[in-house]
Amino acid sequence: MNTNPGVARHHIISVLVENKPGVLARVSGLFARRGYNIFSLAVAPTDDDRRSRITIVVDVESAPLEQIVKQLDKLINVLRIDELAPGDAVERELLLATVESPQATRQGFAVQVEVAGARILDAGADTVTVSLEGTPDELDRFAILLATHPVVALQRTGRVALPKIG
Amino acid sequence: MKTNGGAALIKALELEGVDVMFGLPGGAILPVYDPIIDSPIRHILVRHEQGAGHMAEGYAHATGRPGVAMVTSGPAATNIVTPLADAYMDSVPMVVITGQVGTAGIGTDAFQEVDTVGITRSITKHNELVTRAQDIPRIIREAFHIATTGRPGPVLIDIPKDLVDPTNPNSALDWYWPESVDLPGYNPRLDGDPELIEAAARLILAAERPVLYAGGGILKARAAEALLALAEMLDIPVVTTLMARGAMPDDHPLCLGMPGMHGNYTAVTAMQESDLLIALGSRFDDRVTGKLDGFAANAKIIHVDIDPAELGKVRRPDVGITGDCRLVITEMINALKILGGADKQPDRSAWKSTISGWQEKFPLTYVQSEPGDLLKPQFVLEQLRDNTPDDCIVASGVGQHQMWTAQYWKFNHPYTWINSGGLGTMGFAVPAAIGAKVGRPDRMVWAVDGDGCFQMTAQELVTAAAERIPVKIAILNNAYLGMVRQWQEMFYEERYSEVYLSPDLPDYKMWAESMGCVGMRVESPEDVLPAIQRANEVDDRPVVIDFRTDAREKVFPMVPSGKSNSDIVVGPEDY
Repeated sequence: MNTNPGVARHHIISVLVENKPGVLARVSGLFARRGYNIFSLAVAPTDDDRRSRITIVVDVESAPLEQIVKQLDKLINVLRIDELAPGDAVERELLLATVESPQATRQGFAVQVEVAGARILDAGADTVTVSLEGTPDELDRFAILLATHPVVALQRTGRVALPKIG
Repeated sequence: MKTNGGAALIKALELEGVDVMFGLPGGAILPVYDPIIDSPIRHILVRHEQGAGHMAEGYAHATGRPGVAMVTSGPAATNIVTPLADAYMDSVPMVVITGQVGTAGIGTDAFQEVDTVGITRSITKHNELVTRAQDIPRIIREAFHIATTGRPGPVLIDIPKDLVDPTNPNSALDWYWPESVDLPGYNPRLDGDPELIEAAARLILAAERPVLYAGGGILKARAAEALLALAEMLDIPVVTTLMARGAMPDDHPLCLGMPGMHGNYTAVTAMQESDLLIALGSRFDDRVTGKLDGFAANAKIIHVDIDPAELGKVRRPDVGITGDCRLVITEMINALKILGGADKQPDRSAWKSTISGWQEKFPLTYVQSEPGDLLKPQFVLEQLRDNTPDDCIVASGVGQHQMWTAQYWKFNHPYTWINSGGLGTMGFAVPAAIGAKVGRPDRMVWAVDGDGCFQMTAQELVTAAAERIPVKIAILNNAYLGMVRQWQEMFYEERYSEVYLSPDLPDYKMWAESMGCVGMRVESPEDVLPAIQRANEVDDRPVVIDFRTDAREKVFPMVPSGKSNSDIVVGPEDY
């Protein structure tokens, strides 16, 4: 799986919305009606619980994206939109994975996890659940490492991003 | 004051100034229909919910006030989907209220349940599912504000039955009426950026072959007077798109009429050859531009629109101004005066004489029928045009009859032309004309319809007869889906597939009479005028005239689909 959309077409859109039912459907509908896939999406309330921030990563040419952004801005429940260039954003993502890890090789695996900066959250007789918070690239590399073990389940949150301060 | 959701809804509509609403009751909306009995609001009972929606649109087109329709849940909501989409495409202010199954039943596939807000999300300017009775006054206030400000459009409010049923405790609320609306994400910009307006003014004063490209936004912004002032100040010709017919008087020497696929040669070619298009409330629709990369290739573009998403959507403007057309044109006139006004313009006499040369060489033409032959639709329209008041309101359906009406009528007043432009909704004419007549009872209202269109919504003439709404319908009956037939003749080697309808089935005269209307049939040219005169004298019921027209007649000029506007076909002899 290629987890990195092509650089030229890779856009991060941060959308501040009213925290109301149906808003996510309105936002995602503008992509869906054109047949565009949303690569990742993260939504949660902000410090003001009347508002939510949606971080959308899409794989779209710039021209149609400009039109979509303008149409997003027309939605009554959308308060603000920032398009974040990857270099101008602080990005983070969280990965959770449950992998097979027999007791015999568990110790070596634990070292690999630690070196990657990840943590073991849960462990059973034959499986371990690990987590890594980091940049999308760091998560990509960790996912490749994990793939050397049979992966039972893997879940990423999709990235969240804010503009760089400096 | 304690009240319930149903009573609060009707009271909120009254406070919004609603004087008439179009609708049809049913299970989920029943509790709201009870307080209507005691309300001063006139309710017009339609025969199909689509009719309610198009009537609300016709009312809005004719009056500028928001049209209001109310229907029940499920199939009623889906029946009003087409008018919502129509109003969204043509920026018509409209508020639609739909009943919904009770809160507890939502999502259970309850009787007459559909996900109305889900279905209508992409065809409304905004929609909302009410979840608490106490929100009803606020949501209604917001709905009217959203529908009528900025770029107008339809707003749908979906209300579960328990919230409006006084016997249900969920419907209880303390009445209030919000002083103002609080919509932090909704702030349409009205005045234009002064720097951009100055830049636009400089482009205009430098242009040698400018054309004002007026769209429906001129009418929505009540900007017809401002447009006239701008055109006259600078002596610049104006084209009025299908949605803007009447925004500039057709009798005015600067008005070139309609551009586009079936526009006249001069309007189409003036845009093609211009060096500056001043687009005012128009949106570069594909039916106007033809093949995009061949459209007005040497023109700079000034684009004024209240909706910033229109700027650059189709054609990248050299100066794009977000704002209300009336305000921006007024600001532009001021900026032009500061820069020296008309005296600073280049000599455009060559451009003007080129344009008048086209007008002389390429007028709209047709050949009158031989005695005994079927009527020419253009002849019928000329007779109708010349024998109705100058401020007569005309509604149309969609197809050949619509294009002929847009071409041959003289629209000398704004808000006299009502049609379905963007969505192209067959069946629009009859209910839209009824809504227009309800909104403007002082005006004569004619609908020009096709036989195919008429059969889609004719039942609303029962509504009109019952409510004593004296609209007049001219059916140009060529026994075909005429525009489809025209395309099959021109582009499908005359292979006519599923377009023949029969002139006599139904019998339109008998059908009209059975619906409480005056019915007439006209087959020869000398009978056209007497029939129109007789129809004009009827003021207590609708009139339907079945004009038997020649199916071979095609709409010209025509820019064939996919071709450049420079490839305009002027008449049948050129094709």
